[in-house]
Amino acid sequence: MGKIVTSGNKGKRVRSDCFITLELTESDGIDIQLESKVKVLFGDAINKLLNKVLDFFEIKNAKLKIEDAGALPFVIAARAEAAIKKLIKTEKEFLLDMIDENKYQTTKDRYRFSRLYLPGNSPSLMINAGIHKPNGIILDLEDSVSVNKKSEAQLIVRNALRQVNFYGAERMVRINQIPLGLADLNYLIPHHVNLLLVPKCESADQIHQVNKRIDEIKKQHGLEYPIWLMPIIESALGVIKSFEIATSADNIVSLAIGLEDYTADIHTKRTNEAEESFFARSMLVNAAKAANIQAIDSVFSDVGDMEALKQNVLKSKSLGFDGMGCIHPRQIKVIHENFAPDAADILKAKKIVNAFIIAEEQGLGVVSLGTKMIDPPVVKRAQTTIDLAIDMGFISKNWREEFLMEK
Amino acid sequence: MKKYDKIVKNAVGREVPTIINGEKHVPFKGVGKFRPTGRKFAPKIPTCADYPADGNKLVPSLKEALIKAGLKDGMTISSHHHFRNGDLIAVQIFDIAKELGIKNLRWYPSASFPCQEALIKYLEDGTINRIEGSMNGALGRFCSQGKMKGIGVLRSHGGRYTAVQDGDVQIDIAVIAAPTADAFGNANGVNGPAACGLLGFALADSQYADKVIVVTDNLVPFPCIPWQIHGNYVDYTVKVDVVGLPEKIISGTTKITKSPDRLLIAELTAQFCDEAGIVKDGFSYQAGAGGTALSIGNFFADMLKERKIKARFIRAGSNMYPVKMLEEGYVDYILDGQTFDLEGVRSMRENPGHVNTSPFTSYNYHSKGNFASMVDVVILGATEVDVSFNANVVTHSDGYLLHGIGGWQNCLFSKCTILPIPLFRDRIPIIKDEVTTICGPGELIDVIVTERGIAINPLRKDLIEKLKGSKLPIKTIEELKDEAEKICGKPGKPNIGSEIVAAIKWVDGTIIDVVRKVEE
Repeated sequence: MGKIVTSGNKGKRVRSDCFITLELTESDGIDIQLESKVKVLFGDAINKLLNKVLDFFEIKNAKLKIEDAGALPFVIAARAEAAIKKLIKTEKEFLLDMIDENKYQTTKDRYRFSRLYLPGNSPSLMINAGIHKPNGIILDLEDSVSVNKKSEAQLIVRNALRQVNFYGAERMVRINQIPLGLADLNYLIPHHVNLLLVPKCESADQIHQVNKRIDEIKKQHGLEYPIWLMPIIESALGVIKSFEIATSADNIVSLAIGLEDYTADIHTKRTNEAEESFFARSMLVNAAKAANIQAIDSVFSDVGDMEALKQNVLKSKSLGFDGMGCIHPRQIKVIHENFAPDAADILKAKKIVNAFIIAEEQGLGVVSLGTKMIDPPVVKRAQTTIDLAIDMGFISKNWREEFLMEK
Repeated sequence: MKKYDKIVKNAVGREVPTIINGEKHVPFKGVGKFRPTGRKFAPKIPTCADYPADGNKLVPSLKEALIKAGLKDGMTISSHHHFRNGDLIAVQIFDIAKELGIKNLRWYPSASFPCQEALIKYLEDGTINRIEGSMNGALGRFCSQGKMKGIGVLRSHGGRYTAVQDGDVQIDIAVIAAPTADAFGNANGVNGPAACGLLGFALADSQYADKVIVVTDNLVPFPCIPWQIHGNYVDYTVKVDVVGLPEKIISGTTKITKSPDRLLIAELTAQFCDEAGIVKDGFSYQAGAGGTALSIGNFFADMLKERKIKARFIRAGSNMYPVKMLEEGYVDYILDGQTFDLEGVRSMRENPGHVNTSPFTSYNYHSKGNFASMVDVVILGATEVDVSFNANVVTHSDGYLLHGIGGWQNCLFSKCTILPIPLFRDRIPIIKDEVTTICGPGELIDVIVTERGIAINPLRKDLIEKLKGSKLPIKTIEELKDEAEKICGKPGKPNIGSEIVAAIKWVDGTIIDVVRKVEE
């Protein structure tokens, strides 16, 4: 009897996933045993896909058992590939089509109010993540994936990047701590990932290592699209070095703070009042702003308490943060509403944009509001505020007509 | 005798038999097209001379009551489902029938539950010929496998009342389990250890059955007030130790959903209703007991509170959520068809605005109107919908009969019918080219709300107009179908045979579709 390996998840509560048991045999061809709650409707499709994966890796004789709980093709393919790679050494990758909807790029200065963490080995949570409209989704390869599941998660995340429509959310992956995380990059860079979170970052050198590897892979595949970095500061050393990290490369768009590890590192406890991390948060905000990038706050872990979340968001915004992480889709709305520009912000932006339009109409090179001159970046920021307010439904597209009427 | 015969194509293009279990049936002709003639069914005229003047109709046991009622082969025995999964009486009826060697009974429940799966052995040995009523879970599977001796017939709650009133189904013996009753047979659902709120589903049975038996574990001296069931219809009363299990009478599906995806669907549905101008002072709605429907009710409640307006009535399945709205003054009336939790039972006992209804007042289609058509918006579920907006609630895409119709068909007559459903469950898309079983014709289904988009029935030009310029994700139903198939793949065809195992009745008693045997 050959070595028997498994991959995937099973159990009463597991949905949209499957568990594969694989054994390579000497003869008798491919024997697939299928148990599935969707067997009647998708049994043939599942069999076909598994045969295709086995054939791709040139496996002629094997016993494969799949216990399927409604897994989508990207999951089944990843689970099969993971099992196969536990048995044979190969550089080949079984790649499903890259869907057109996922080929978008993101810009450095886009809004990043919310970014939803999704455990990298739990495909069921990925399928509907985009419908909740977070600014970004994070497929996590780090803390939410146990050590023995890292290689399975790499394949699930790779396949999700290719096949799961996240409906315009910035597609982020939190890689493992450097240097371990460098090995994750092969599974991400060629698959239109938009941004990488670099955890427990403590030096510019770590960023340089990541960028070096990104450049190698991009060159190898002839890739042009930008890949942004968001270092996560999670230690006292990281906090002290935050400006050095923030300015270590052009593709860094923001600094994020991770307070669980940070508070452990400075030997204290994390509290709701968060006084223990005031210095770190403020330091990080200042480092980010000095480097002209965004500052992103840690997650708020009580998913049941929306009022406390709201207070947390308002405090975070007042400290200068531009966004925060979330771990439950219901947090997204609260985060957006409270990080979003308020009425005073919007009114100010309206005045500036209006002044800009008037200046253009009159052919003036200089925009002024009352006696004040307005610099181009201020106009640009005001326009972004207006666009966002329209997008969030605070003002209508024809805001200027109403604005002029009121005047 | 053939189990069914004379197959014709009905108005929704489905091949249906016009003879089932030896009885004649009319194929579906279109909504409102079938015109009944003749007079309603009249039960035999009883006389007080045959009943005790002191009102004491107690007999020592259910067995004795059934024997006195003349239980014999081929009879139709009815029961109600207000005790849901806590019912203890239905199975006892057939245990007694088996003991007496009676065969070939027709069971006519208002719905069946997993606690009645024990009846499978009587369906196998011929004590019961067939079930005419909802068949859930194991009973549905048994029927789908073609194992039932007769053909099952499924009716809506309203259709069940209509069938009895019209004489399509003549009940020989009705057994009414009651949380509280007096010896005369007056009964209610609001008091007693097995309190379930009301007994509306047993109304037709009490009015039209040849013999009526009331069974209770909480016998009170005359008068039992309120008398939701009138003792004047009742032949025998029986006192038992326990009539139902309270913890199972309370339904398990009465919690607001915590699933973010379902909450999103609920939120989109509530927003849709708001933008369509439905949510306004004095409006009415029905939201069932499922997690998504309850959340929609909560979103409505938030809107009412914020705008300081109130709804005129909620059509329920009641539980703590509508009760809270009633007691906080955000709705004038709860028109309740079944009570799902103890808060609902308490409220019905205490609040004059919490009204018990029956399929007669709410749903009877052969009537001079019913209030289902007056509700501004109803929120319903479905196992499948097709691109013509036809919907299915009884079978799954693999062909198995697993649910009853409930009040679903009757509710379709509301001013706006919305089905909030996920675009796919596990890997199975909900929107199909053709539904497995048509339970409701597409012309009555107005809106499908999924987590990935909202489809408005093209017939509802008014709604399409109102939602123009909306930021809600309005799409065509074909676009939604394609989106699901892009994610899940196109499902294969289940192995459904040609043999008919059950018929699906429309609210007017015509046959809208059939369920066929699943080949395993």
